[in-house]
Amino acid sequence: MNDSLAIREGMNEALNSVELGHLFDLLYVREVELFVARNYSRQLFRCPVHLSIGQEAVAVGVCSQLEVRDHVVSTHRCHAHYLARGGSLLAFFGELLGKPIGCCGGRGGSMHLFDREVNFDASIPIVGSSLSVAVGIGYALSRESGGIVVSFQGDASYESGQFFEAINFAATHSMPVLVVIENNGFSTYSPQNERQPHDFSLEYVAKAYGIGYQALPGDDVDLVASASGLAVDEVRSGRPVILELSTFRRYEHCGPNLDDSLGYRSPSDIESYVNRDPVVIASKKCLESGTSEKQLESLREHICGYIGTVFDRALVANDEGGSGVEAFVD
Amino acid sequence: MKADSRVIVMGLGVADVKGVFGTTSGLQDRFGRDRVFDIPLSENAMTGAALGMAMMGIRPVFVHQRADFAFTAAEQIVNQIAKTIFTTRGDYSVPIVIRMIIGRGWGQGPTHAQAPHGFFASVPGLRVVAPSGPRDAYCMLRNAIDDSNPVIFIEHRWLHDLSESDAGLDSILNAPYKAAILRSGEDLTLIGVSYGFVEAARLAGLLGEFGLDVELVDLRSISPLDTENLIRSINKTRRLAIVDIAAPNFSVGAELTRVTVELAWGRLLNFPLHLAPRFAPVPSSPKLALGHYPRLEDMAVQVNRHFGFNLNEESLKTRCMEMNPPRTPLRDQPDLGQVGPF
Repeated sequence: MNDSLAIREGMNEALNSVELGHLFDLLYVREVELFVARNYSRQLFRCPVHLSIGQEAVAVGVCSQLEVRDHVVSTHRCHAHYLARGGSLLAFFGELLGKPIGCCGGRGGSMHLFDREVNFDASIPIVGSSLSVAVGIGYALSRESGGIVVSFQGDASYESGQFFEAINFAATHSMPVLVVIENNGFSTYSPQNERQPHDFSLEYVAKAYGIGYQALPGDDVDLVASASGLAVDEVRSGRPVILELSTFRRYEHCGPNLDDSLGYRSPSDIESYVNRDPVVIASKKCLESGTSEKQLESLREHICGYIGTVFDRALVANDEGGSGVEAFVD
Repeated sequence: MKADSRVIVMGLGVADVKGVFGTTSGLQDRFGRDRVFDIPLSENAMTGAALGMAMMGIRPVFVHQRADFAFTAAEQIVNQIAKTIFTTRGDYSVPIVIRMIIGRGWGQGPTHAQAPHGFFASVPGLRVVAPSGPRDAYCMLRNAIDDSNPVIFIEHRWLHDLSESDAGLDSILNAPYKAAILRSGEDLTLIGVSYGFVEAARLAGLLGEFGLDVELVDLRSISPLDTENLIRSINKTRRLAIVDIAAPNFSVGAELTRVTVELAWGRLLNFPLHLAPRFAPVPSSPKLALGHYPRLEDMAVQVNRHFGFNLNEESLKTRCMEMNPPRTPLRDQPDLGQVGPF
């Protein structure tokens, strides 16, 4: 956990509770993505970006319960997962900038973060497709000992055939697979109720396959972490689990902006976000338990300073010296 | 599998009583259920799972009883398997072999007889090989399993019952992804692909009886193409004919023609000739199928006319008739001893 450890250097005293630790991680992921959004118009990040702003509690809460030996597979909306998993921030910026120091040397861009260093085995932007790869990793893990694989999915994933195909295989072989659904209610701009029967529930699907299922709000990182902890234990004992967490994608599907003007979400839905913002929720809790505004502000400053420093390093990193465009194809 | 415990075999029917035409029979008894297992009928997801396994160091051999079924897994093959090594700059290797068996005859019809080697060869990041006999099948499969890249392994059903001595395996094993020149000649380079090579060998024998000195080449590797050896042969004979198991449109034959035109244009005496099935779905009825696939007689006549060899066509036809007497009732299997279904 290189950069995510580096960013915590000297912070151990300040981060003296689990809640503050979670808030710190939330702020870190949030500020990185806000940084990407703020700087997007500079045309340095020349790739599509699918931001997780508003959804960070899922990534942070789930990843807080993982061990080094565990594996993670993600989708096109993979920044938060990668950062929460402890992926290198330098490699992250490098990848978005299209440089050799990127985790895929600029071959993948924002939607394809792969990093063996942190067992972040794949980010696959073909919806539904990544769960199949994850269960293959789960199969391999079930032949070894202990490790589990987490597959982050969106709410459209279970409209794809592969979702059910993969779940069937994982259940048949009792694989250590945790499927985390980030349900933000939209597939791009299509609401879930236009794509699925209104009373559809994955719970029945899980029951049919004899695997675990739990649904809960995914906005409170502490709740997500404790539910994930239980799910991870169950998965580690060899029973696949689906954890479905409702979230709010604050930004547009793809890009650096808010998209409230499009009108696909009602004003009241948008207003409800104020009470759902994972950073707001976690901050409130910390303030209530005695952390001061000033302390929170200094955490944020520390994080932003760190992000700026790492970005500057990525920005001046060599553009040249990457492998040729046909390398690794033979 | 004995040599490398990382190798596993997965696919519909690999552990059943028939063992994919006998090709996987006994493997589960010998190597256990962990290494040889039947899969749910979910080719696409299971292909993705094979990728996940491969990224973790397992070496899956994935079996499709018909190549047609592999199209349901094209998403994983094309989008993920072919891209992973490239995207990760080799941080992950993808040692997967996907066996695809091509059916022909006994009414296989539109969705059990497609030959997808050209389709998959058009995807960068995939290797595609097609043996034409038992020795090659053994050696090329071993090479494919040892390869850290994904390999599509094309098997024509009509090759399964061929037999051959096992002499010279080492030299074959040591030359992966090479074309093989089985007979040296001066008049014509005749390249066969998969079962097309068996037909090419028969054609070369026939033309030889009429005094043509044919250089007979087994393509073996479709991607990568062994351009060096192929072009050397074409530069020598100055004529190229290709016997393929798929139509020439957008095909391996078309790619061979492109390469030949680019690299040996000035040497060519004629445009390359394609001896191949029609650009149409394969019909089921034996009578219709007969018109779909190229027949020896038609191939001989086409070669004769296209290159202006001036062989006596009546004699060619008579000889073909002797080699392949008409069968009653109409049969479309490789030899009369075989009966369907297969």
